[in-house]
Amino acid sequence: MARARYVHPVAWWIWALCLAWAAMRTTNILLLLTITAVASYVVGARRSRAVWGNSFRLLLLFGAVTVFLSVLLQVVLGTRVGGHSLLVLPRWNLPSWTAGLSVGGDVTAEALLASLTSGLRLAVLIACFGAANSLAHPGRLLKLVPGALYELGVAVVVAMTFIPQLTESIGRVHRALRLRGRTATGWRGLHAMVVPILEEALDSAISLAASMDSRGYGRTAAVPAAFRRTTNAVLLLGLGGALVGSYFVVDPNADHRFGTAALVAGTLVASAAGTLAGRRVHRTKYRRDPWAAAEWLTVGTGALVVAGYLLGHPNPSVALVLQWPTLPVLPFAATLLAGLAGVLTPPPYPRAYRARAPRVAEVAR
Amino acid sequence: MISFESVGVRYAGRARPVLNGVDLTIPEGEFCLVVGATGSGKSTLLGAVNGLVPHFTGGTLSGRVRVHGRDTRTHPPRELADLVGVVGQDPRSSFIADIVEDELAYTMESLALPRDVMRRRIEDMLDLLSLAELRDRPVASLSAGQAQRVAIGAVLTAHPKILVLDEPTSALDPAAAEEVLAVLQRLVHDNGLTVLLAEHRLERVLHYADSVIWVPGHGAPVVYGDPAEVIALAPVYPSVIGLARLAGWDPVPLSVRDARRRSAHLRASLPAHPVRPGEAGDGGAVIARTAKLRVRFGDVEALDGVDLSLRQGQIVAVMGRNGAGKSTLLSCLVGLIKPTTGKVRLGAGAGRDPRAIPPRGLIHEVGMVPQQASDLLYAETVARECSAADRESGAPQGTCATLLADIAGDVEPEMHPRDLSEGQRLAVALAVILITSPRLVLLDEPTRGLDYPAKARLVSTLRRMAEGGQAIVLATHDVELAAEVADRTIVLADGRVVADGPSREVVTHSPVFAPQVAKVLSPLPYLTVADVSRSLAGGR
Repeated sequence: MARARYVHPVAWWIWALCLAWAAMRTTNILLLLTITAVASYVVGARRSRAVWGNSFRLLLLFGAVTVFLSVLLQVVLGTRVGGHSLLVLPRWNLPSWTAGLSVGGDVTAEALLASLTSGLRLAVLIACFGAANSLAHPGRLLKLVPGALYELGVAVVVAMTFIPQLTESIGRVHRALRLRGRTATGWRGLHAMVVPILEEALDSAISLAASMDSRGYGRTAAVPAAFRRTTNAVLLLGLGGALVGSYFVVDPNADHRFGTAALVAGTLVASAAGTLAGRRVHRTKYRRDPWAAAEWLTVGTGALVVAGYLLGHPNPSVALVLQWPTLPVLPFAATLLAGLAGVLTPPPYPRAYRARAPRVAEVAR
Repeated sequence: MISFESVGVRYAGRARPVLNGVDLTIPEGEFCLVVGATGSGKSTLLGAVNGLVPHFTGGTLSGRVRVHGRDTRTHPPRELADLVGVVGQDPRSSFIADIVEDELAYTMESLALPRDVMRRRIEDMLDLLSLAELRDRPVASLSAGQAQRVAIGAVLTAHPKILVLDEPTSALDPAAAEEVLAVLQRLVHDNGLTVLLAEHRLERVLHYADSVIWVPGHGAPVVYGDPAEVIALAPVYPSVIGLARLAGWDPVPLSVRDARRRSAHLRASLPAHPVRPGEAGDGGAVIARTAKLRVRFGDVEALDGVDLSLRQGQIVAVMGRNGAGKSTLLSCLVGLIKPTTGKVRLGAGAGRDPRAIPPRGLIHEVGMVPQQASDLLYAETVARECSAADRESGAPQGTCATLLADIAGDVEPEMHPRDLSEGQRLAVALAVILITSPRLVLLDEPTRGLDYPAKARLVSTLRRMAEGGQAIVLATHDVELAAEVADRTIVLADGRVVADGPSREVVTHSPVFAPQVAKVLSPLPYLTVADVSRSLAGGR
């Protein structure tokens, strides 16, 4: 196996985006679960042991909450669909402009299934985001952001370290709570946990940003403020266009031509602005992040998933039908193959080192 | 090199400016120590050097700070990165890359240095700071001492002319601190680096300093000058100075070595055994014990067969290097960590397992103030914190506030716990824990960031608690604190107890853990200035 190194962050993001795209294309619960399983496996095998590698579990949990809330919302408040009735709650119709929403009423198995599926899709999407977050090195990703976009860059790093920092603080504050003889339940318990955790996560994010600043991040070779602002605006515009475009691409019911055009145009504008801004910034790289076989492989397995979903039929138009879903072979196999990224790529740096202070003898030397 | 011209700093919403009318010029190649009580504005002064104050922290700066001719008004921190290297209080929170080698390269990358220059400088730095073995290590896996050296290396690769450090040794064990300071000393001597360093543990750094800046706080004018002269004015001083004042030595010796050369007469006039007021002796009944306690994290043996018993009225210091298992031991005693094998028992006789007692009952048996005392606090004001603590523990309203007043004197009840000084925050956390009067009180690294007055208050609080029959365990790197307050000292190394006995014997036998007075007066078994003054008074 290759020497331990980090796979290029962009490769991981593309891989994760492919999985996320697949999740949006299907309502098949089995396929959705397969995607989650594959993402979890790869994260388990290849996530970094550094602090930013810890966010996946938290986001998985967040996804589970999403599923639960989605189902709960359907039971309490939702569009009533005919079908096999499971439970009849007292019904209160909402005004007509809510397009058929009602509180309570007939809860059907079909409606539950639909809400479960949509909740699950959202959860899988979050899991894919979490996977990219744990696998891709945020620092190296940031190096790809043009240095002239200083504020944006700091915001990204701060945001990216926020979640992992959060997971670390939760453990400590939870223990501290116990020291005060409390359990983390109820409104007060929650408050007692949330306040110190948020404070700490914010503090450390800010001190990271301060450290980046005092170490020369975003040093600009005399870029006029007006120029920088214009570039920022154009870049954001481009990114916004790309975002809207990708939404249309992902939504199976939307017009794909418009989406693709917006995505391409937005990306072009954004990269043009980025390059323009970057030209005025002097920065060198100590290590080149190589784009080698492992990166091609990672992107390739992601592309395989996309191909599998395009060629196969992952979206049985039977979301509202109560029956055990079939497992379409092609998409399923392609998703499984995406797991190869967790086997064939080089491992990240070793799992754990024993932290220990130097011995006194070493000090004397 | 660094010049402050009538500099003042004021933060919005504060009645008084933090700094006011600071005028000083620090020449090139000077090792300058900044002293002052917590919250006096030391960090603000340091931050002003590279423009983090006010560019990053907010607030208003009046006057002018010039660094090598560059004005910090027109140069934000990033434009000074080639000139000033800054190492913050917690080096780990300042790491940007995650591998040591990349971290060392980061500043140079920002400065757009060519790759072959970066290569060369990184190799130099790995040798200079003895980091060669660590080059591929994730920064998260470093010990505190290693992290501190990496943080210093990471700013030095840019070849700055000035290095600014905020409490670089406060989290380090004595040996690791010594090592970091030796590196700084070498840089000042060999490379002509200007070092500006704030520190509470003066006993560790004072003898390295060429000059001292005393920041009295509350906007009073700062004093800058020769170490011996300034420290004679300042209310904060290490015990070697205390000894010098007692013995009437003038000029004041700053290092143990100087003091030792002066102390021949003093040593001759002291009785062979110090007069110590009623020593606790063996203490009372056993209230907690461990038997063959082992804790394993992955393949790390954090505790490896620890047998201890803690007695009523005893103050025990647990010492050892970073990562020796001190915090793990404390966490086991309070039931936060499940022992891999072995037993922890609280109370007399057969005792009870702390993990079997529900939290609400446990707080009456044992209380712990964790390393980050603020973890215990969550209310918006001190007053609300206190009343919440009263309510939860079932004590009558006002109990906590009274306790707090005993420990810390006046603490503004409407302040947010975050805005308190380090010492006050520790006092609030301690009051919250003491409200149930647990029989065993554990403190993890309580003097980190505490100035001498706050430490003195802590010492008297601990004494009172011990007299009241509570047992106290302190995990600490602070040898002076251990010497002053502990009856018994336990030294841990790699999870094993390597020494356990009366503090006087344990600390005087170890060159690393001996306090300054013990080093000066060795082989006489004196530990503190108080020991000496009592014996002198008693001997006359």
